[in-house]
Amino acid sequence: MYRFFFREVPEYFPFLLQGAWITLLLSLVSMACGLAVGLAVALGRLSPYRAVRWPLDAYVELWRDTPLIVQLLFIYFTLPEFGLTLPAFWAGVMGLSLNLAAYLSEVFRAAIAAIDPGQRQAALSLGMSRASIYRRVVLPQMFRATLPTVGGYFISLLKDCSLVSFISVNELLRHANIVIADTFDSMNTYIMVGFIYFVMSFGSARLIGLLERRLTPRHQRRGAMIPSDPKGIAA
Amino acid sequence: MTGAAPEPVLVARGLRKNYGAVQVLAGVDLTVARGEVACLIGPSGGGKSTLLRCLNFLERPSGGTISIFGEMLCQDDGAGVHIAPERILRRARSRMPMVFQHFNLFSHRTVLQNVMEGPVTVLGLDRDAAIERARSLLRDVGMADREDHYPDQISGGQKQRVAIARALAMAPSVILFDEPTSALDPQLVKGILGVINDLAQQGITMLIVTHEMKFARDVADRVHFCDGGRIVESGCPDDIFQRPRSARLADFVRSIHE
Repeated sequence: MYRFFFREVPEYFPFLLQGAWITLLLSLVSMACGLAVGLAVALGRLSPYRAVRWPLDAYVELWRDTPLIVQLLFIYFTLPEFGLTLPAFWAGVMGLSLNLAAYLSEVFRAAIAAIDPGQRQAALSLGMSRASIYRRVVLPQMFRATLPTVGGYFISLLKDCSLVSFISVNELLRHANIVIADTFDSMNTYIMVGFIYFVMSFGSARLIGLLERRLTPRHQRRGAMIPSDPKGIAA
Repeated sequence: MTGAAPEPVLVARGLRKNYGAVQVLAGVDLTVARGEVACLIGPSGGGKSTLLRCLNFLERPSGGTISIFGEMLCQDDGAGVHIAPERILRRARSRMPMVFQHFNLFSHRTVLQNVMEGPVTVLGLDRDAAIERARSLLRDVGMADREDHYPDQISGGQKQRVAIARALAMAPSVILFDEPTSALDPQLVKGILGVINDLAQQGITMLIVTHEMKFARDVADRVHFCDGGRIVESGCPDDIFQRPRSARLADFVRSIHE
């Protein structure tokens, strides 16, 4: 019979946690970059100037329509031919965040388009500048509306990080493969890897849920009573 | 109605607006004097709302001149329109906020925050002063007990009261109303018209696009009849409703009495 690891914590467990830490770091940095680039691209794609929109549209299509693993390999192994050599970690960040940004820009663009233009007109008619309209009216509503989706992308990103083991970033899966090469104990190692991914993802999901709850007015939260007058008919 | 000619707050001359080949405003001349309540009436599609939106540059005029508070904001040299820079337009807009048919409250902000937004971000008032001003205005429009509600928790009539308070919070020189009661149920219309009437009594200058003819007759100092992209006839309510000079206005007045 197989001996499961639960009886005692194997000596290589801390080594796996080290990899998990890199995975988490990679996800957080890529998420931050992805959010910034994604928002900039979304705003650019709403520009009235075709010269701004067209290259950004092309970027989004190119990055959505090719596999992430190919993008990562290209950045790490091919870009040096063009004179751009990145350390593995940062090559991973670049690939993951540019990939994420392509998707997020679509999410953000749709959310901005869904905000009633009347609110922007009302803000304009109060004399607000375009910058403060975005800062105070458009972006807060956009972020709140997209938080569940963005949270989903983060969890997905956390797991996509395993792909950067292909470009020799010492993250969780790569550490696991090193352990297996050493111990031949693939079953227990992969069970532990799965467990660590689950804990990280589940923890993130809970945190995102909490954040969403905090940012939603009480009466609009899930499970709250339906507003007594949803159509605003009563006086 | 008034003795000496009061200074004009808002003057439009030969104002034109095209959407492609469609001409919506075909040369509008309009003057609104300080302290005056002016109503714009006329059939749908006559250009009333477009006129209002051109006056505060939510729409870009295609031709003509607009001067607001004595400042020329839109000029026409025959070759094209020259519109003042955005910074100047913003300052002008902050002095003539608009109340919309569909309220357009900021849905992520409470009633109080909606009213505070302009004073804080545009006028640079500090938070406490803005709260004080907002509370006092909400009291005036009968919404004091709802300051922590969100727009989706209050009725249409209540939303419009908040929208009016939001406009008043700018300490405006003139308020533009774009069919403020058209999206409301009949029993709520009266309340909003009452609020506007109160403002008229306080001497606040207002330009109101409306289909409420009785209201226009009772409250307006001047009524402008707008049709086919022009102001066809202007005058005091009695003249407009009792003694229309043009056939089109006579038809319109007859149609609303049917």
